[in-house]
Amino acid sequence: MSIKLDGVSYAYNVGTPAENVALDGVSLVVERGEWLSIVGHTGSGKSTLAQHLNLLLSPQSGTVSVDGELVQIGTKAARGLRRKVGLVFQYPESQFFAETVRDEIEFAPSNWGVKGDDLKSCVDEAVSASGLDPALLAANPFALSGGQRRRAAIASVLAMRPEYLVLDEPTAGLDAAGIRDLTGMLSDLRERGMAVVQVTHDLGVALERSDRVLALERGRAVAEGTPEEIASYLAENPVKGLLLPPCASFAHRLRSRGINVPLTSGAAAIAEAVEKARAVMR
Amino acid sequence: MKFGNTSIGQFIPGESVIHLLDPRCKMIGTFVLLTALFMAGAPWDFVPWVFLLAAMPRLSRISMRAILRSGRPVLFLVMFTMLLNVFWTPGNEIARLGPLRITEEGIVSAFCMGVRLYFLVVFAAILMMTTSPMAFSDGLERILSPLARLGLPVSEMAMMMTIALRFIPTLFEETDRILKAQMSRGADFESGSMIKRARSFIPVLVPLFVLVFARAENLAVAMESRCYVPGGHRSRMRPLVWEARDTKAMSCMVAFAVFSFLWGMCLPKIASICLDML
Repeated sequence: MSIKLDGVSYAYNVGTPAENVALDGVSLVVERGEWLSIVGHTGSGKSTLAQHLNLLLSPQSGTVSVDGELVQIGTKAARGLRRKVGLVFQYPESQFFAETVRDEIEFAPSNWGVKGDDLKSCVDEAVSASGLDPALLAANPFALSGGQRRRAAIASVLAMRPEYLVLDEPTAGLDAAGIRDLTGMLSDLRERGMAVVQVTHDLGVALERSDRVLALERGRAVAEGTPEEIASYLAENPVKGLLLPPCASFAHRLRSRGINVPLTSGAAAIAEAVEKARAVMR
Repeated sequence: MKFGNTSIGQFIPGESVIHLLDPRCKMIGTFVLLTALFMAGAPWDFVPWVFLLAAMPRLSRISMRAILRSGRPVLFLVMFTMLLNVFWTPGNEIARLGPLRITEEGIVSAFCMGVRLYFLVVFAAILMMTTSPMAFSDGLERILSPLARLGLPVSEMAMMMTIALRFIPTLFEETDRILKAQMSRGADFESGSMIKRARSFIPVLVPLFVLVFARAENLAVAMESRCYVPGGHRSRMRPLVWEARDTKAMSCMVAFAVFSFLWGMCLPKIASICLDML
């Protein structure tokens, strides 16, 4: 059970002077139950890639298949499969239109004909999974705080019970506590077997929790692997706009001085390694 | 559903002879030309105009394809006008379709109407394609500045126009994004009855309005923080300067307009004199 992209290419404004190749032969597999981060700087094609996963864009060359089914955009099948792959856009709270949070969350499932008790349980599940305060269901979505809005927006996608969840820059505009809460929530979802695909330019967030990371540069996949592999790849081959988090680049410097410490190990582990090295030196 | 590729008279940056002209020269010149175009009443009157159009890719460095394509949005209107003219002009009947009659005069006037409308749009589009929105509103402001004495807020109107033009592409982008976001939540804009389809756009229109107002507010704050005061006298970084080439271009355009007018007046006479001699 997976989403498979094979040699996907996509360009905007084809045939005009503003032609812009966003994706250039990207292949990718998203397995059910894993957390994949797609990292890249602005304009690297990561948002375009996210829209392919959700079948909003169809590749100009290459193929997209969901759970073994080859998908063509504009067909009934594409719309059906769109339900399996929830896409949370960047600043998803800017899609709000309903008068209450409940109406907003009911929008997606009711578009697929879910009614009555089923609809209610969809909403309840989504609210508890997203950590939204149930008391806010009756509130006006525009009256919520920033963090609550983001949760409500994610809940409105979760309510259609997707099997894959793709998020485009989910942490944009959130403060540190908000980012921590959000990544915690995504971990919980992954624990329950949902595939989480997080598109981000923030390497720190990507390296911390993902199972696998894919780095994009100018529409090409330049590296793919575990967070540790990607961190050491990027330490050796810097990619424009992708800065290693301070801990990782510090760990990388320590390595060059013979102190071997994983790049993604965090401040406490690095401090410990340094302490050990000092003890040995004495 | 895609809004990314709209190119109806969109500005195409360049350094051609036409691009470099003063916007006032281009606007007044286009106005003169279009007035002359309206005088053309017979099919042969359009001969000079075809030559003028043929010279445009060279003068503007915009491909003929792009120039001709700019008339596409009004093609339907052109067709409609032509049909009306073919059937509703009295004169020598040459064919009959039930109550509808086709006349010789009808065909001639349909041809003239159609070509005139199409040329009108294409020449206006060339003006838009070679003039940046900034330059355009600057030029308009200067041309209309005498009206400011009558109390008309000309510079504010020009500012509003600049802002509106500037935000059209942004709005298209936002609309596209919201459409996609709602589609990924299962919104269906393409099936169902008219009423159902109209209702399905509420989830697009509401967020769009919210965004527009938020943007307007931000823009207002940004302008005020840079000391914009409506009615205040603003100096310019690049004042419009009327140069020798503008005078030359203007003379050429006026000369062409006069020529095409005389051509339309004299051609039938010359033709009939020639015929008489034969």
